[in-house]
Amino acid sequence: MTEKLVIIGAGMASGRALEELLKQAPDAYDVTLFNAEPRGNYDRIMLSPVLSGDKKFDDIIIHTSDWYEENGVTCRFGEKVAKVDRERKVVIAENGDEVPYDKLLFGTGSNPFIIPLPGHDLEGVIAYRDLEDTNRMIALGEKPDAKAVVIGGGLLGLEAAAGLKLRGVDVTVVHIMGHLMERQLDEAAGYLLRKALLDKGIKVMCSANSKEIVGEDGHVKALMLDDGTELPCDLLVMAVGIRPNVALAGDAGLSVGRGIHVDDQMITSDENILAVGECVEHDGNIFGLVAPLYDQAKVVAKTLIGEEATFVQREISTKLKVTGCDLFSAGDFAEGDTREDIVFRDPARGVYKRLVLEDNKIVGAVMYGDTADSNWFFGMIKSGEDISEMRETLIFGPAFQGGAPLDPMAAVAALPDDAEICGCNGISKGEIVSAINDGATDLAAVRAVTKASGSCGTCTGLVEQVLGVTLGDDFVIPAAQGMCNCTDLSHEDVRRMIKSQELKSMAAVMQECGWKTSCGCHSCRPALNFYLLADWPLEYQDDPQSRFVNERNHANIQKDGTYSVVPRMWGGITTPDELRAIADAADKYNVPTVKVTGGQRIDLLGVKKEDLPAMWYDLNQAGMVSGHAYSKGLRTVKTCVGKDHCRFGTQDSTGLGIKLEKLLWGSWTPHKVKLGVSGCPRNCAEATCKDIGIVCVDSGYEVSVGGAAGMDVRETELLAKVATEEEAIALTTAFMQIYRENAKYLDRAYKWVAKVGLDWVKEQIVDDLAQRAELVERFELSQTIYRKDPWAEQATPEYNRKKWQPMADLSLEAAE
Amino acid sequence: MSDWIDIGALDDIPQRGARLVKTQLGCVAVFRTAEDRVFAMDDTCPHKKGPLSEGIVHGESVTCPLHNWVFDMNTGQAQGADEGQVATYDIDVRDGRILLDVNRLSARSAA
Repeated sequence: MTEKLVIIGAGMASGRALEELLKQAPDAYDVTLFNAEPRGNYDRIMLSPVLSGDKKFDDIIIHTSDWYEENGVTCRFGEKVAKVDRERKVVIAENGDEVPYDKLLFGTGSNPFIIPLPGHDLEGVIAYRDLEDTNRMIALGEKPDAKAVVIGGGLLGLEAAAGLKLRGVDVTVVHIMGHLMERQLDEAAGYLLRKALLDKGIKVMCSANSKEIVGEDGHVKALMLDDGTELPCDLLVMAVGIRPNVALAGDAGLSVGRGIHVDDQMITSDENILAVGECVEHDGNIFGLVAPLYDQAKVVAKTLIGEEATFVQREISTKLKVTGCDLFSAGDFAEGDTREDIVFRDPARGVYKRLVLEDNKIVGAVMYGDTADSNWFFGMIKSGEDISEMRETLIFGPAFQGGAPLDPMAAVAALPDDAEICGCNGISKGEIVSAINDGATDLAAVRAVTKASGSCGTCTGLVEQVLGVTLGDDFVIPAAQGMCNCTDLSHEDVRRMIKSQELKSMAAVMQECGWKTSCGCHSCRPALNFYLLADWPLEYQDDPQSRFVNERNHANIQKDGTYSVVPRMWGGITTPDELRAIADAADKYNVPTVKVTGGQRIDLLGVKKEDLPAMWYDLNQAGMVSGHAYSKGLRTVKTCVGKDHCRFGTQDSTGLGIKLEKLLWGSWTPHKVKLGVSGCPRNCAEATCKDIGIVCVDSGYEVSVGGAAGMDVRETELLAKVATEEEAIALTTAFMQIYRENAKYLDRAYKWVAKVGLDWVKEQIVDDLAQRAELVERFELSQTIYRKDPWAEQATPEYNRKKWQPMADLSLEAAE
Repeated sequence: MSDWIDIGALDDIPQRGARLVKTQLGCVAVFRTAEDRVFAMDDTCPHKKGPLSEGIVHGESVTCPLHNWVFDMNTGQAQGADEGQVATYDIDVRDGRILLDVNRLSARSAA
């Protein structure tokens, strides 16, 4: 007798299961197929081409009504199933019809996850899941000047955004994570993808938190981010993930977790009920890509006809279907002790390839820009082939296996004279060779004569190789003095790249400068963090994880792991109330040592990390802020008492010091910066051994720079003498900014001035008044972001929970 | 035998960062890499007792904040010319929760 099979859900997985079943045992079951959508099985993956206009819906139908009819499937489309009664083995439809079953197959798929933001139920907030959603987006494209926001920078969100853009809609993608498609891509590939989308005119905001959906007359009007940014939109698409649809199965009393639990035969906790597709949880995993779902479908068909089959999870790969963004990811690309990376970057072509190796096998691959060899690599991942023989040329793909590696010098020697060496300035090898023959025998001379390597600097190595080839043994290619082991480029090269190529994120720098490690090291990351925030104060977001502990915790770590806390005393001036608050804090937090510093303030030493935020809160309440005694930034402005009290004082040195400190505090610099302002040449504030020192005289102010009183002791050199306080302030500010923009990280001002020469500094900020004004303006722009008290910011309950306290305390657990 | 204890959510630790877990035997540092791998090891640097949880995390290594010793978080072994090792602990992430195997922590106290 023919048994009765009821299938709930006509999606791709259950559709494939049905196909397999009919192929292998066409008469085994009498099939009834329920589907909530008013249509049969279509290729959901191809909705993106429908959205972009490359395909029509008819092109993506998998099972037509004729097909269902020919195969004798009873279709109940547009009908939801209300209940499953397992006792009586019947499925109850919404209209009350009861359909008996011998076997039941759940293919209920998944629901798009809708973030429960305020306003998520407004008209115009949709997911990207089915034909209805797709048609809503297509309809939006007909409207002039339409705007859309897509929340979610994963596969689906980006395909939605690209499709909308092709339909003429102004699209912004809002993504909560730091880079796009973080589950499939590493940061470098995510950066390239973002760049390509920006080139297509799609706006992309990463690390962006949605706060609220703003509506008008019940319809979506804008998305509000938690930083206050408002993104106007006519349609808001949420593509933030899926949740297996388990409601019906759960109501029926089946075992469900994240999905419907199934065994290796795809059987649920009820032996007569199977499940397949996105609604399934197998061995702790749920599934969203099509390949494993089709594997499951085969197993379902076999199980239904009583044959042995086992579902085995396997490697899957991802490709993004956005025209012009070639991207591929497969396997596991996390780093590991036993794993090694082979990385290939070609910044000019926007190509990035990374292979992750373990035990001489490829275990993961990420490619961007050139995915021609992706299938070959994917095959290698699946087969687990030993690659040790071809390791040297592996990254170049199948076409290059067996070739001998080329000596770079021989390659340069073989270049024709008209080969371009410096792309920025259009300089050929021939021009460089003739400059060398005319007497330019080192890099600086070649750069001066031809301009080659003088712009972005990436061809520096190549120019040196041309020098080497032309001069032979007369020229020794200098050993690269890279920033660290992550790159051969020097600090100066990297700074030049950040400015000239407008690199605004760490991933961008590492990609365009060809970093050899995936996320830098303790040496380069703090430097890059400073360069980026100094050059792009508005665009770049400070990265606490790339900061040394003191700057991350806003206190100075001591040898025993405790911290020292130094509140700011503007110009060294304090009040009885401040002193009382400091004394109270010292008592309250059992501070073992209270010391007066050389910078005219008070240091509280020996504070426990957990106590920092509470102590800051108390000091904030008394009106005090962080003294940044821990930062590569403005430390103190030391002053003498000036003409208000001193018999010899010529100007208000205390007042000027306070003004300067209030102007400069919070700014980050290549190394620490200390100032001194003395009211007369007796120099009680010791201004002439500071990074910037001002000595007041009867006729004005002597501003000098480049002093030191540490391992090196140096007297400052006079930058200029100015008549007014305003000029002294402007000159000081301009010096801060020119130092911030140009110096190498961890070069104190005196070291940097020695490198560029005091005359150059004078030309820039003493003689060139326009330039001085621009520097002051740029400094002030940066200060709109950074002139703030980190203590007040981090002394909140949220920071306390997320940062200052241990994440767990197991010390009270009984040790057995 | 493993004895897993839920110590918090993956998101409680910033990427390329660390948090502490207090135990009767001292602090254990729990690290999260840029790739969301999680490691646990003793917080105390064998050199001069620097708190490793305050170090800069790069790749699958961490640099001690006091004197820049670099430790491989897979093995707890000091890298380069420095010689030393810190104890590591088994750790697992399931459904966004971090589980620490406290078996070795208590086993060490018994020893």
